[in-house]
Amino acid sequence: MTEEHTPLRLKTGLAEMLKGGVIMDVTTVEQATIAEQAGACAVMALERVPSDIRKDGGVARMARIDIIESIMSTVSIPVMAKARIGHFAEAKILQELGVDYIDESEVLTPADDKFHIDKHAFDVPFVCGCRNLGEALRRVGEGAAMIRTKGEAGSGNIIEAVRHMRQVITDMREITLMGAEELMTAARDLGAPYELVRMVAQNGELPVPNFAAGGIATPADAALMMSLGAQAVFVGSGIFKSEDPPVFAAAIVKATTHWNDPALVLDATRSIAAAPMAGLDMDKLDPSEMLQTRGW
Amino acid sequence: MASVGILAIQGDFEAHSKAVLALGHTPRPIKTANDLSTADALVLPGGESSTMLKLLLDEGLFEPLREACTSGRPVLGTCAGAILLARAVTGPAQESLNVLDMEIERNGYGRQRDSFVTSVMPGTLGGPEMEAVFIRAPLIRNTGPEVDVLVEHEGHPILVRQGPVWAATFHPEMSSDTRVLAAVLDSLLE
Repeated sequence: MTEEHTPLRLKTGLAEMLKGGVIMDVTTVEQATIAEQAGACAVMALERVPSDIRKDGGVARMARIDIIESIMSTVSIPVMAKARIGHFAEAKILQELGVDYIDESEVLTPADDKFHIDKHAFDVPFVCGCRNLGEALRRVGEGAAMIRTKGEAGSGNIIEAVRHMRQVITDMREITLMGAEELMTAARDLGAPYELVRMVAQNGELPVPNFAAGGIATPADAALMMSLGAQAVFVGSGIFKSEDPPVFAAAIVKATTHWNDPALVLDATRSIAAAPMAGLDMDKLDPSEMLQTRGW
Repeated sequence: MASVGILAIQGDFEAHSKAVLALGHTPRPIKTANDLSTADALVLPGGESSTMLKLLLDEGLFEPLREACTSGRPVLGTCAGAILLARAVTGPAQESLNVLDMEIERNGYGRQRDSFVTSVMPGTLGGPEMEAVFIRAPLIRNTGPEVDVLVEHEGHPILVRQGPVWAATFHPEMSSDTRVLAAVLDSLLE
């Protein structure tokens, strides 16, 4: 593998195509079909949805290959899959298999407590989670072609995704107001590559698409994240841990498209006559149970 | 200066918006049927055609959009947008607006790992070679007698036109080269 022989533009290009859409976590072919029929713009294949990983514990790994393969051969939309943080061997397997995007994800048990994957070395594009601008730019520096908030996966609680999206935006706003001479110090404080900090200071936006994930459970949650500046949303446990997955899936798709039209978000919300997934109160979550603190 | 309506229910409508601005025109997002009336020209962007189709059908935008695409206004569909415009869709089959006489295969080049950037001869658009960005691109399998094939790549049409309706299987909006959009909007003056 030579360095960066797939142009970043092709990698971010697919993320551009996903904008305004919903990427849904699925664990089976049946779920993938439900997601596609509900209007998902992509599916994310994983062995267990985050709320089950949280509940059942154990080591969470890349999904079973036969399941990913059968999802890939069944749906016509892009198929993403998760690899453990730092587990470049899992990532190589997923690339070989031909998945369309890899999520180097804190939802799975990390394989390396110091280093993330060198994503420049891959042809397949990667998405990574972040809690602030420094973390976002570290991942972009490593080659990620899409950034998402970490939020708190499997919690059904939107507060962490909101916190992370707002933090990224606040951080960006601060550096766009800085003079050129301040940017190196900002890069040191953010722990982010200087050239990327300069790029954000000039353009006022991340160099790659910026999506939301981690705790989205209702159409209103999706509309909230889009209103805060997310360009698309990932929904993990929120669909298949709800009482009526096809209806929740379609309603979240509609609310994501029409986030700035309250009448249509109301329509989407009204279409649901079932309970969303049960949520977790962050104050009652032991810090050691937080998934967002995995990776740095 | 033209008002260019860009279907903005899913996909790379922001990239199209920037391209329209770069040519000095005004982009207008189209999310509901009411948004269609003020547009002098229409763009159907890249994205996931199955997602767009579902939203178009569920929200009563399909038929108004079809009418707008047959109203004589210039229309450009790229990638998923080209799929929506086609007469017939395969891989798998799905409904389409049937305003451009061609059969198109979804993901005809393969998956993301088969996405590529290449240079193509621009044909009647004129000028030097043109960059073409293909992302999980569809493949035009055949075209009807009324369709002009303007640009080809490896024997397959990649830019076609039937009257005011244009379709590209690649993404002109992802290149700095503005020739395709400029040609489509030039037809406003024809």
